[in-house]
Amino acid sequence: MSRFSRMIHPKDDTQQWKGRYYPYDLVKELFIAIGVITLLALLLTILFSSPDDKPSTIAQWSQQKAVDFTTAAVKELDGTSPTAEYGPPYNHNGSGQEAWIIKPQKWLGVSHPINTEQDFVVGPLETIPNDPALTAALAQYKAAPEKQKKEWAEAYAKPLEETATAEEEKKTPPNTVSESNGTVVVKTSANAGPVPLMMASLLALAKSGGVDGSLLTSKQFFQTDYTKPLLFMADGGLLSERAEQQHLLGDQWGMMNETGSYPGQAWLWLYALWYQVEPFKASENADILVMMIMGVLSIAFICIPFIPVVNRIPRWIPIYKLIWKEHYRETGSA
Amino acid sequence: MSATPTTPGTAPAGPDMHSWTVKVREAGVEALPPEKLLPDGQPTYVASWIYMFGVASIASLIVIITSGSILALKGPAWWHDTSIGHFFNSIHMWGVELFFFVMVVHLWGKYWMAAWRGGRTRVWITGAIIFLVAVPTALTGYVSQQNFDAQWIATQAKDGLNSVGVGAFFNVTNFGQMYSWHILLLPVAVVLLVSAHVLLVRTHGVVPPFELEKRPEFAAAADGAPAPDGAAGAEGQS
Amino acid sequence: MGHIGAAVLGAVFNLNHPAHTVDWHFIHLSVANVVVIGLMFVAFFAALLLPFPGASRRRGGDS
Repeated sequence: MSRFSRMIHPKDDTQQWKGRYYPYDLVKELFIAIGVITLLALLLTILFSSPDDKPSTIAQWSQQKAVDFTTAAVKELDGTSPTAEYGPPYNHNGSGQEAWIIKPQKWLGVSHPINTEQDFVVGPLETIPNDPALTAALAQYKAAPEKQKKEWAEAYAKPLEETATAEEEKKTPPNTVSESNGTVVVKTSANAGPVPLMMASLLALAKSGGVDGSLLTSKQFFQTDYTKPLLFMADGGLLSERAEQQHLLGDQWGMMNETGSYPGQAWLWLYALWYQVEPFKASENADILVMMIMGVLSIAFICIPFIPVVNRIPRWIPIYKLIWKEHYRETGSA
Repeated sequence: MSATPTTPGTAPAGPDMHSWTVKVREAGVEALPPEKLLPDGQPTYVASWIYMFGVASIASLIVIITSGSILALKGPAWWHDTSIGHFFNSIHMWGVELFFFVMVVHLWGKYWMAAWRGGRTRVWITGAIIFLVAVPTALTGYVSQQNFDAQWIATQAKDGLNSVGVGAFFNVTNFGQMYSWHILLLPVAVVLLVSAHVLLVRTHGVVPPFELEKRPEFAAAADGAPAPDGAAGAEGQS
Repeated sequence: MGHIGAAVLGAVFNLNHPAHTVDWHFIHLSVANVVVIGLMFVAFFAALLLPFPGASRRRGGDS
């Protein structure tokens, strides 16, 4: 053993076994194990099957929660949605999470560019044919300076955000937002320009399934990347509403759970635990902090043989006496 | 043609020690001769059900890979469309639950045996890495389900991965990428790690027990005199 | 597949309803996960305590 090895390895006088061996059929043991595990898996399958809750679509979201959809859509337009302000890897509108001077989200940059105004709103609207009013509205919007676009969108967004906040706080919402004949009617106090028509058209397109399709095939026909429709939906309330019913939210220890009453991912218990305690619970940087702690603990887990005290606990707490009880009895060890 | 008989597969003039093939073969056979690679005996201290959880982990992995291969044969939409597809998906899911169950119990057993002793640190290290690679293997599976669970897990997990910059090249909302990692890249990594882990166990043998003080009548036997119960011969101190 | 096959393919117990949880202070675990973790402890201690077959072969065997 090299000097370095001696330095990092704990004092270990474990000798090679010079005692007796007995016949042991490893191959038969493997086949028995395969048989037992297969039978267990079959039994559990027959008893319980597995869950398969159908995915949500943007069409469903816009049909079931039209006001929530419209609120999310106008925030994509004015750049105040979670995706719009996310930062890397989607855009440069935020710096992402950080831990002191460690900012990997920022350092790794934008690898999957998403411009929420264009990708989630204007782009899908441009696919709608034969609508002169919409064409004119889009032209008016695109020709306007940035400041004007923001003012229009914020005028439309304000009543919707106030309604959403009131509902969250379980207060009576102001009378500025209503649904009528499948459309969302918003009473704005300032001029919203072409935005109301754009939002109404987007809602109608979404209800028909057109936004699902448009977001998926925006680059070309064949796609396997669902980032855009997923991020758009996650900016609204439908997915989180379903998640809460299935105990999948963060404060429900959701990352350990499966839909329904099935067992989930019990091995994520420690990862889930950190999010429930301060300072992580209320921190904007919770994700990077928890990931760093779990990274350190994972490295420590790999290095247990080298960690003082931890590598001696098995000697001090003699569970090994149960494992090797026959050996100790036969060799006369006290 | 040579007049002297030669072993099939070997060069006529004897092994060339510059040959890479010969070097690899000799190193392999030296490290793991057949009787060590597949021994038909185990030390007498291998006498506990806790020793079954390692092979149970391998068996679970075989069930996962077999059911996963059947799911891959028919494509990712199959299990939503047919009962038989759903059946194999269920076997795959319960195989995963069983895998983590037996693997963690195996881990507990190995910790309490301090199974890294006697030059077995690499066995521990490969085992720990297998666990840590199995977790993202499961994650890529969960986000490849193409159902609500996959939608939710992907939109949540992206935040953790983006926060440490991993999201820049590992996109959990990209089904094509996640499915590829799940059915090929990560299973290959797990199988390679498990193979290394098992070969290291075969190289060093199963870790011997901690040594305790012997009773006086047995201590005398350590000098070579027959022990009262025909107990094992001299063993080192731990 | 015959009706036997169909019976095998359908679950005996339907777990597709929102989970019950075990709640203690800030800990909220699904019953299913608690059962799994509990069974792991049971399996671990059973493995340590239950006798392993082959004792006579180990006593009488040769190296």
